[in-house]
Amino acid sequence: MTWFIDHLDDVQARTLQHVYLAGLPLVLGLLIALPLGWLARRYKPLYAPFTAGFGLLYTIPSLALFVLLPGLLGTKILDPVNVVVGMTLYTVALLVRTVADGLGAVPEDVQQAATAMGYTRVKRFFAIELPLAVPVISAGLRVAAVSNVSIVSVAAVLGIPQLGLFFTDGFARAFYDPLVVGIIACVVLALFFDAVIVLATRALTPWLRATGARS
Amino acid sequence: MIVFDGVTKTYPDGTVAVDDLSLEAPSGKITVLVGPSGCGKTTSLRMVNRMIKPTSGTISLDGRDTSRMKEAELRRGIGYVIQHAGLFPHRTVLDNVSTVPRLLGVNRRDSEKRSMELLERVGLDPAFAKRYPAQLSGGQQQRVGVARALAADPPVMLMDEPFSAVDPVVREQLQDEFLRLQGELGKTIIFVTHDIDEAIKLGDQVAVLRVGGKLAQVAEPAYLLSHPVDDFIADFVGRDRGYRALSFQPTPRLPLAQERTVAMGEDVARLDTDWVLVVDERNHPLGWVEPRRVHGEVTSEVLHRGGTVARASGPLRAALDAALSSPSRRGVIVDDAGALVGTVRAHEVLTAIEDTDRPELEDPDHPGAASPAASGTSAPTSAASASSAAGTVSDASA
Repeated sequence: MTWFIDHLDDVQARTLQHVYLAGLPLVLGLLIALPLGWLARRYKPLYAPFTAGFGLLYTIPSLALFVLLPGLLGTKILDPVNVVVGMTLYTVALLVRTVADGLGAVPEDVQQAATAMGYTRVKRFFAIELPLAVPVISAGLRVAAVSNVSIVSVAAVLGIPQLGLFFTDGFARAFYDPLVVGIIACVVLALFFDAVIVLATRALTPWLRATGARS
Repeated sequence: MIVFDGVTKTYPDGTVAVDDLSLEAPSGKITVLVGPSGCGKTTSLRMVNRMIKPTSGTISLDGRDTSRMKEAELRRGIGYVIQHAGLFPHRTVLDNVSTVPRLLGVNRRDSEKRSMELLERVGLDPAFAKRYPAQLSGGQQQRVGVARALAADPPVMLMDEPFSAVDPVVREQLQDEFLRLQGELGKTIIFVTHDIDEAIKLGDQVAVLRVGGKLAQVAEPAYLLSHPVDDFIADFVGRDRGYRALSFQPTPRLPLAQERTVAMGEDVARLDTDWVLVVDERNHPLGWVEPRRVHGEVTSEVLHRGGTVARASGPLRAALDAALSSPSRRGVIVDDAGALVGTVRAHEVLTAIEDTDRPELEDPDHPGAASPAASGTSAPTSAASASSAAGTVSDASA
C-alpha cells in the first residue's frame, strides 16, 4: 500500500499510457473493421475468407508482432506506434466477423423497405444498417477492449511504458507490490473501457430500452 | 398509369418468374395481382420500382420508361407497403413516417407536422408518435407502414400482401379503412395478394397470374367471378363464386314484412308466436327470442344473436345471408342508420336475384370492360314503407 502511494505519479502516468495504447487501437480497429465487415456481408464469396483470414491475425503472438512491425513499418523498436498498429490488427481480427454478422442481423424486410423508400446504398448503411447493428458490434467491441488491455502489457518486455512495466519490474526484483498494483490497475482499466462501451451503446440504442425486450 | 409492356423476368438458373406480362394499371384505381405462390406476382410488383430488374420488356409510369429514371428518385415517388410493415425498429413511429419527406429534403418540422396528420388519417392515436415499432401491435404497425408510404404523397403505391400477417378481424378493419382512404386519395395502386377474397374485395381490376408468371385473366371483380376464362381461373376464384358475386349486386326493392318487436326487459311469455325480434329504444335490432322458452322478461342471456343484419342499400349477398342466418328464417333489414325497416325471407331474396341481370359477356376488343353493376333494378328500398314502430309492440302482448 505504501509502495502504491509512493509511486502514485508512476501509476497515473502508466495508466494513461495504457489507455492510449489500448484505447486508440480500439477506435482505429473499429473504423477499419466497419468497411471490411460491410464488404464481407455485401459480397457473399468474401465472407469466409474475410472472417477467417482476419480472424487468423489474432493467432500471431503479440511479442513476435511487436518485434516484427518495426522492420515492416521502418519504425524504431521502442516507438509506441508499433504497439498501436499491432493492437489495431488484433482489434480488426476480432471485429470483422462481428461487424459482418451484426449487419447480417438487420431484418431482410427492413432492408427492403429502406431500399424501396429510396435510400441510396451509402445512406442506407449509415441510417439503417449501422444503427441496427450497434448491439452486436458493441458486444464484439467489449471483448476486444478487454483483450487489448491485457495484450498491451506484453509490450513492456520491449520497454514501452505502460502498466506492463510493473510486471517486468516486479518480476525482475521478485517484489510483489508493483505486480499487484499493475494487475489491479489493468482490471480497473478493463472495467472502465467496458463501462464506456456499455454507456455509449445505451445512448445509441434507446429503442431497445423502450421495448424492454433486450438490454 | 402504370404500363407493363411485354415484361419478362428470367433468373440465371433458367427459372421464368414473369413471362411476357402486358398489363395496364389505370390511374386512381386499385389493380390487384393475385395468384398462387410462384406465379410471379411479387416479382412483378418489385419490377415497378426496380427492386428487381426486368430481363426484357418495359415498365412505364405515366408514359416515362422507369429504366431511364434514377432508382432512388423513382422509389421516392412510389409508396411501398410490405407484409410485416418493415418499419425501422430503431426509429420512432413519427420518424418512420417522416422517412421519405426527409430523404426528399423537407425540413424536420414540416415533415413531422405532415406525419402527425397522416397518423391520424390512418386511424392511429397521436400518442403513438413517440413510440417505437416494437411497442405496437401488428395491426398498428401496418397502419404506420401505410402512413409511411403515403408521407410524401406519392401518386403511385405498391402494396405487397400488406394485410396478410394480421388476424382476420383486424385484417377486415384494415381493408375497410384502406378502401375509405383510397376513396379520399385516389392513388394508383398495385396490390399483391394470394387471397382471392381480398382481391375481389379491394380490386377495381383483378389480374390473375398462374404459376410460371403468365397472366391468366384481367377483369373487374364481378366479371371475373361470373365469367372465368378457363378452368384455372374458375378453380382459383373458388366454389362459392356465384354466392360471392352477389357482393357486387346492389339490393333491389325487396318485399319487406313488418315485424313484431319487443324491448329488453319486456315480458314475452304470453306471446303467441315462434320468434320475436328484440330492438333497443332507437329501434335497432338486438336479436331474436323464442317466447315459449323464455320465462318472463327478455334478458340479455336469452337473446339469440346468430342472425346477421343487412342494410337495405347494401349488396344482395348481405340480404340473402341475413335471411339464411336468421333463426326465425326472416332476415332483418335495416336502414343506413341501423334502424329496423322490416324482414325478408330467403325465397324472396332469391326471386329478386333471379330478376337481376348477370354482368354482360365480354366484348372481345375490351377485355373486362363490362360493367359489374349491370342490374337496372337497383332502386333503394324505401325505409318508410315497411317500418314497424316500436310503440306498437306493447299492445301486441295481450
